[in-house]
Amino acid sequence: MKDLLELFFVFMKIGSVAFGGGYAMLPILQKEFVEKRHWVNDQELVDYFAVGQCTPGVIAVNVSTFIGHKRKGVIGGIVATLGFVVIPIILLLVIAAFLNHFSEYSLVKNAFAGIRVVVCILILNAIERLWKKSIVNKKALVLFGIIFLLTIFTSISPAILVICAAIVGMIICQVGGNE
Amino acid sequence: MIFIQLFIEFFKVGLFSVGGGLATLPFLYNLSDTFHWFTHSDIANMIAIAESTPGAIGVNMSTYAGYNVAGVAGGLLSTLGLITPSIIIILMIAKLLDKYNDSKYVQSAFFGLRPASLAMIAAAGVSVVKVSLIDLEAFQISGQMVDLFILPSILFAVVLYFLSKKTSWHPILLIGIGAIVGIVFQFAGI
Repeated sequence: MKDLLELFFVFMKIGSVAFGGGYAMLPILQKEFVEKRHWVNDQELVDYFAVGQCTPGVIAVNVSTFIGHKRKGVIGGIVATLGFVVIPIILLLVIAAFLNHFSEYSLVKNAFAGIRVVVCILILNAIERLWKKSIVNKKALVLFGIIFLLTIFTSISPAILVICAAIVGMIICQVGGNE
Repeated sequence: MIFIQLFIEFFKVGLFSVGGGLATLPFLYNLSDTFHWFTHSDIANMIAIAESTPGAIGVNMSTYAGYNVAGVAGGLLSTLGLITPSIIIILMIAKLLDKYNDSKYVQSAFFGLRPASLAMIAAAGVSVVKVSLIDLEAFQISGQMVDLFILPSILFAVVLYFLSKKTSWHPILLIGIGAIVGIVFQFAGI
């Protein structure tokens, strides 16, 4: 029970500061779960994001369910996800009820413009940290480059790109091993 | 019964939208056309609000939309509907991965999945850079390189980068600093 409560409250904390959705919360997940609590490692986090991108639903929710499951099984997955959404739900209900012009206030706009700069750096930090574990050789680097360019310059669904990458990965490993 | 209908419709959105919060958009337009629960301009407002609040954009939009249709219970049920398929599917996959994690096929699939996942994260980073560190519109109008870069933001980004390297400050602290700097120096320009 104590573990479940901890799970709920950590995810509640993360949910209340995860501006910019799933990707921006990656560095916070690294800090809370890899460094402080050792519940998962960096590689597992990348794997969760990879699967979370090509499965239905919101990425942040998918990743929360994964981490919760790793920690405490099925109940853990549910508790973590509910923890993640509880503050945003309350906030959005308040905004929908009382502050319909919330996003037009200059205070909100300025704060968010500042937060966006932080999000750039947080994402950069996360990539630096995950680079070595994901880009293990030249083939992986080429795959990274192709998917990166396709994501930026085309409107192909991320899910399709991720699934193709998985298939390519299987073929590469079958044909030439991991080198 | 509007509550059951909201739950079911948002369950479908959660089940069929793949690839993150904004992937729910086409489904919301569809809901708007089918049920007239909200208009297209309501959706634009929802996106603006969902993007300037913490949490997942899809979750925030469904709460906001559900509230506008049927009050607090509507907001709750829409969001529960949205996340239920995710939870079920991920729990099933997590179980399978536990079982087959050492399999050669799973490992070779992840060999391709990991760089792809990182590429998507990097692409998301680029899209944030585009709205925070550079001003493409001003550059297109004036054609001058000076207008392309938003200097105060870039300066702040450099400071943040060194802070993140030299200290072990929690990302949440950096986010708080970002909000304050944004307000004090009027980063949105208003």
